[in-house]
Amino acid sequence: MDLTLTPEQQSFRDEVRAWLEANMPRDFAARVMASSDIPRPEAYDLLREWQKQLHRAGFIGLTWPKEYGGRGLTFVEEMILHAEMALAKAPPVLNILGVGMAGPTIIAYGTEEQKRRYPPKILSCEEIWCQGYSEPNAGSDLAALQTRAVRDGESYVINGQKVWTSLAHVADWMMLLARTDPDAPKHKGITYFLLDMHLPGVTVKPLRQITGDEEFNEVFFDNVRVHESHVLGGVNNGWAVGMTTLMYERLALGFGLQVRLRIALDGLIEMARRVEKGGARITKDPVMRQRIAQLWIDTECLKYTGARAITRLLKGEMPGPEASTGKMGWVDTHQRLQELATEIQGPYSQLMKGTQWAVEGGLWQYTFLRSRANSIEGGTTEIQKNIIGERVLGLPKG
Amino acid sequence: MDFGFSEEQELLRSTARKFFEKECTSEFVRKMMATPEGTTPEFWAKLAEQGWLGLIFPEVYGGAGLGFVDLVVLMEEMGRAVMPGPYFSTVHLGGLTILEAGSDAQKKRWLPKLSAGEARVTLAWTEPNARWDAQGVTVAATEAGGGFTLSGTKLFVPDAHIADALVVVARTAAGGNPQEGVSLFLVPKTAPGLEVTLLPTMDQTRKLCEVKLGRVAVPADALLGEKGKGWQPLTRVVERATVALCAEMCGGAQRVLDMTTEYAKIRVAFGKPIGAYQGVKHKAADMLVEVENAKSITYYAAWAVDESAPEAARAASMAKAYVSDASRRVSAAGIQLHGGIGFTWEHDLHLYFKRAKGSEFTFGDATYHRERVAQLINL
Ligand SMILES: Cc1cc2nc3c(=O)[nH]c(=O)nc-3n(C[C@H](O)[C@H](O)[C@H](O)COP(=O)(O)OP(=O)(O)OC[C@H]3O[C@@H](n4cnc5c(N)ncnc54)[C@H](O)[C@@H]3O)c2cc1C
Repeated sequence: MDLTLTPEQQSFRDEVRAWLEANMPRDFAARVMASSDIPRPEAYDLLREWQKQLHRAGFIGLTWPKEYGGRGLTFVEEMILHAEMALAKAPPVLNILGVGMAGPTIIAYGTEEQKRRYPPKILSCEEIWCQGYSEPNAGSDLAALQTRAVRDGESYVINGQKVWTSLAHVADWMMLLARTDPDAPKHKGITYFLLDMHLPGVTVKPLRQITGDEEFNEVFFDNVRVHESHVLGGVNNGWAVGMTTLMYERLALGFGLQVRLRIALDGLIEMARRVEKGGARITKDPVMRQRIAQLWIDTECLKYTGARAITRLLKGEMPGPEASTGKMGWVDTHQRLQELATEIQGPYSQLMKGTQWAVEGGLWQYTFLRSRANSIEGGTTEIQKNIIGERVLGLPKG
Repeated sequence: MDFGFSEEQELLRSTARKFFEKECTSEFVRKMMATPEGTTPEFWAKLAEQGWLGLIFPEVYGGAGLGFVDLVVLMEEMGRAVMPGPYFSTVHLGGLTILEAGSDAQKKRWLPKLSAGEARVTLAWTEPNARWDAQGVTVAATEAGGGFTLSGTKLFVPDAHIADALVVVARTAAGGNPQEGVSLFLVPKTAPGLEVTLLPTMDQTRKLCEVKLGRVAVPADALLGEKGKGWQPLTRVVERATVALCAEMCGGAQRVLDMTTEYAKIRVAFGKPIGAYQGVKHKAADMLVEVENAKSITYYAAWAVDESAPEAARAASMAKAYVSDASRRVSAAGIQLHGGIGFTWEHDLHLYFKRAKGSEFTFGDATYHRERVAQLINL
């Protein structure tokens, strides 16, 4: 057990630190973004530019193989990068689903041609990706999805609907799960497509969220023709491919979430230092001190649980129980953090952006509302608990 | 960066687990609970034979010279077995205080004996005021006749009734900074005026005593370390002992989770194993999250105190805060998910539940340590 960095890792850290110091966007929009977990519409342009800048500096896709645009480094460097981004309060990247999910899945399952075609443009932010899994009648029970793909010559014709599709309104490509064999058992007749969002027959309708933002969408497919070369990982093998994506989602996005949590916690502490309640500073209140310290401790626990999971991966071992608990722990901690942030503001927590009375320009009101999605997106907390109970603890299915 | 255990450490873990499964059965634990000693000479000799009594002491003092992380692995396994007896007090409290503060002569005199299982030393620190800070130390040590006279009462002293000597934390000077003037004395149990009473405790596997010091006279060379400078070494000892205790709590919590998931697979209600019901399954998942986080923060703290990292104090407090809550909740959930059988004396769950409760309040509970974390992050 040794948590110190090797000289090479240290010099990588220094490289990242120096670069961030010189290149961090410092205007207000960027600061607003720093504490949110998902790109906000008002900052898309800035975040696209930010990702391009990071990419040019070689900091995107650290763990991807060099021949597909990555740097061929390990998860330790990935962890160092994210720790530094947290310290610097750096904004997230725009193509978060491409970098975190589509790219690694294509590298795992793609043909050589697919691997050369897509990943580099994901990293450079030339092509934005979205994830077309959920449907009106298939959320937690994803395998119940009904969007159809019917073979016609060398192509598939797609009809159906996706919903809650984040970033679809700016996306160039979609990770699409569609049913290719309606007669097979429900997990066996699904195929994973790489779908060009600009094809005729694709319609995107933004949905307004409780934050007021339009960040996710409905996507309709009306006789969309997709060439068979856009199948990923084989026909009717989509369930396995899709699950790989979800594994990467937990692993890779996990780093990013860790960063956002740290930044939010630092922000909360800064706010607590300024705010008074009943004539005394919040940080002098023994109950508040307890609650802030608990958030600090929980954030550190998540960090070290993540470090244990990475150590196992590096040693070539199977992910242990600690790998599956991260998302749930993160959700719980982040939602509690956002609740506490409103409590610190007291009556001011009612005021949104648009008045000088709003605390920090209404930033926390947005992040608080946004945090309610955390226990739904990427698999609900209830589903996570089913998975942990059944796959990790070996309890019987209900 | 490597946040895992070495092959040797994994080997130590599996050896220890096998050993305790054979030697420290539920039957043995229950027998020891009912005795005042809490251990047997045979069992104690076996621990010595394994090299575990001296695991962390340097080889020159008869130990094995291993590191603190190794010791943490062993503590986890001891917690898994709710091992009774004075291991914690002898090694983590008495032994490590002598190693930290003692002179070479004192170390040579005591540590080889502790390692060989031939002697036991405990730490008499806390008092009826139940404080963990320096102000809590009120037992007075007054200079008299070239030596010192100790007077006052120590409480919650583990295993004093079966120790050969006690490290007594006493005040040689009052006023000003309370950390100044705290001194450590090595006092033989047989010293006239020293009176030990075994107390009835909720966790019967861990024995606690009252120690009354009625004008106990000790010579000048009973001092462990410098006069008036005992608080610093004591703090270092307690920091480590706190992390070791966390490791023990993790081992206990993991065992409760294992017992509970096994039971949830076989106990049938309404025609299904209870583990198929989400009320049970989700609670078990919550238990796993807490157990895994508890281990992560404990391993981190173990590394930090072993390396004397600058953040060691904060790491130890983070661990004790998190693990105190987690082990209490996990052991309570274990009882709940077992139903009536979990509430019986016969089932082992209560041993873990009571150990968790005792450990929760040893060296400060979660509330105390959260406040310390708040201070250490400059809140
Ligand atoms: C902000 C946001 C962004 C999203 N982005 C995307 C995206 O980009 N792409 C995409 O494909 N999807 C996306 N989603 C969709 C998300 O994955 C689904 O909402 C989620 O999987 C839940 O499905 P559902 O909404 O149909 O709820 P349902 O599955 O209908 O669940 C309703 C409730 O029932 C509970 N429940 C369901 N089944 C069980 C069970 N077996 N045991 C116990 N409880 C159960 C759930 O936990 C939940 O509380 C996003 C969602 C949100 C909120």
